[in-house]
Amino acid sequence: MRLLNLIKIAFKAIVLNKMRTLLTMLGIIIGVASVIAMLAIGEGSKESIRSTISNMGSNMITIQPGADDRGPARGSGGDVQTLTLQNYEVIKAQADLLSYVTPVVNGGGQVINGSNNWPSTIYGVNPDYLEIKVVGLQSGSMFTNVDVQSASKVVVIGQTVVDNVFSDGQEPVGQMIRFNNIPFKVIGVLEEKGENTFGQDQDDVVIAPYTTVQKRILAIDYLNQVIASAISEDDAADAVTQVTEILRTEHKLLDAEEDDFSVRSMEELISTFSSTSEMLTVLLVAVASISLLIGGIGIMNIMYVSVKERTKEIGLRMAVGGKGSDILMQFLIEAILISITGGLLGVILGLGATVFIENFLNWPTSVALYSIVISFAVCAITGIFFGWYPARKASALDPITALRYE
Amino acid sequence: MSKDIIKIEDLKRQFTMGTETVHALKGISFNIKEGEFVTIMGSSGSGKSTMLNILGCLDQPTSGEYEIDGVSVKALSRNELATIRNEKIGFIFQSYNLLARTSAIENVELPLLYNSKVSTEERRERAIKALEMVGLGDRLHHTPSQLSGGQQQRVAIARSLVNNPVMILADEATGNLDTRTSYEIMSLFQELNQKGITITFVTHEPDIATFSSRTIVLKDGSIMQDYKNHKVQSAAEQLAKLPKQDD
Ligand SMILES: Nc1ncnc2c1ncn2[C@@H]1O[C@H](COP(=O)(O)OP(=O)(O)O)[C@@H](O)[C@H]1O
Ligand SMILES: [Mg+2]
Repeated sequence: MRLLNLIKIAFKAIVLNKMRTLLTMLGIIIGVASVIAMLAIGEGSKESIRSTISNMGSNMITIQPGADDRGPARGSGGDVQTLTLQNYEVIKAQADLLSYVTPVVNGGGQVINGSNNWPSTIYGVNPDYLEIKVVGLQSGSMFTNVDVQSASKVVVIGQTVVDNVFSDGQEPVGQMIRFNNIPFKVIGVLEEKGENTFGQDQDDVVIAPYTTVQKRILAIDYLNQVIASAISEDDAADAVTQVTEILRTEHKLLDAEEDDFSVRSMEELISTFSSTSEMLTVLLVAVASISLLIGGIGIMNIMYVSVKERTKEIGLRMAVGGKGSDILMQFLIEAILISITGGLLGVILGLGATVFIENFLNWPTSVALYSIVISFAVCAITGIFFGWYPARKASALDPITALRYE
Repeated sequence: MSKDIIKIEDLKRQFTMGTETVHALKGISFNIKEGEFVTIMGSSGSGKSTMLNILGCLDQPTSGEYEIDGVSVKALSRNELATIRNEKIGFIFQSYNLLARTSAIENVELPLLYNSKVSTEERRERAIKALEMVGLGDRLHHTPSQLSGGQQQRVAIARSLVNNPVMILADEATGNLDTRTSYEIMSLFQELNQKGITITFVTHEPDIATFSSRTIVLKDGSIMQDYKNHKVQSAAEQLAKLPKQDD
């Protein structure tokens, strides 16, 4: 009954002071919303990088010719001819921490089907490729080791290639296409993977047996890459060491000599990229904390000033019989109502802003529950505390002192 | 014999401001009986407001005894004092002290909101009755800014009446009003007094004192005079004698 009255009093006071209420709420709303939106951007980019990388195969290991620190200025890794088929075979035979291994040779060219023409990249690999890249087929089948041995002219193509060289509704599997004027039979179509975080279209590929690509398209006998997958993500680091040792022995390198190849696990790639996005998140958290702090100070100010302003009102309420605890309770209820309403509106605005950023700016976002909880809690607690604290001081005054306050 | 509503004995109040001590009340004693209409007179700074604030339990004496309706105030806690203010006293200020942007009826309801014995319906009813009693039955939903000074003071009087207090304390309640409105307010006080409500009224205007049954004159924190008024004037009659306003 008494509490109900106090809630009524607090509610009336809030409605009476619309401007003050609005200003206080605005501080809370903006504080909460900006924190939620900023952290959603940070989390979103982190997640998108993570998912791109794990889509690429999280236990994948990449072996490239040329030392790790060789920049593009000395020619890209692909031009260095230190990685051979022989190396691949030794790795395949000796590295027991790898479950799949494939050589990779690749080159650009034109895919032609009738009058349709599309520039793409052909990758010469063995059937392990699908396992390593964690990609399936939407139709047809993968070529086999028999195709590799006989250097068959068969290809598996990505959806982008299908879209660009086949007319709508035409079934690609079983059709003949030409790559750089060499005829190939399409035997399968890869599952769609879309773009990765780095903007690469993962569906713009033509996959053929490496023997066929080496002999008929590129006319080379070395390899551009060897890719493999470790038997598990946990074994990836050991697998890198194992492959490095095998290759050093194969390349007859002395202890003092540096590697003339590089072996990298996805793990390393992940840590490189996630440290970048980690930095972004730290930055956003810093900005968000500052806006939360400023919001908090704003709430503090308005609450403090409004209680001071209302000291006379507090005096009157005490003069007509309001107890110190009644006054305190009223201000506490006011602060709670304002802070919680503001906090909720802030959450709604923050989520709205996130949806906007995702859909209109096309930035990946992911709303973290903790950001809602923390920002809401910080703003609500600041609001409630700074509504309560000056009210407590005012309610401890003698009624006459409060009434006389100017 | 009617009982004493107020009993004070050697009441002192001093204010310390830095190194200086102001003796606002220097040992005051008097009783006020139920049904009396007392004016406290005195020049500015004589201690009238200090006196009345203590009587209204808004302030505490430095020393001395104060009993209200048989209860010794000295021993009471802050909460108990609030209850006394709520249930036994109606206080009226010179500057009305109404809640801004709040309707007359809600202003009058305010003391009852702090009295959990009164239900919502009863609160509304009593507020309307109090406003009707002060002649504002047709202004229930006006806010202070929509009311004249005299009307605002009537709202304040209604607010002081609504809890059925044992006494009403008014500090220069007519101080901000013109003569005509002052007399109207005084006539209202006389009516209330006739209904049995004890009234203590602070003023520095001698003509206002002629409407009361007893006058206590303060000077520099001490009682100068305390006399019964045997020829109480009727404020309503005086009002009728005032020259007609040409508005
Ligand atoms: N809160 C206060 N602090 C210091 N001095 C005060 C305070 N209230 C009143 N006084 C002093 O006490 C004396 C009496 O004041 P007051 O009771 O307001 O006089 P009145 O109402 O008769 O004009 C004055 O000298 C005044 O300055
Ligand atoms: Mg005074």
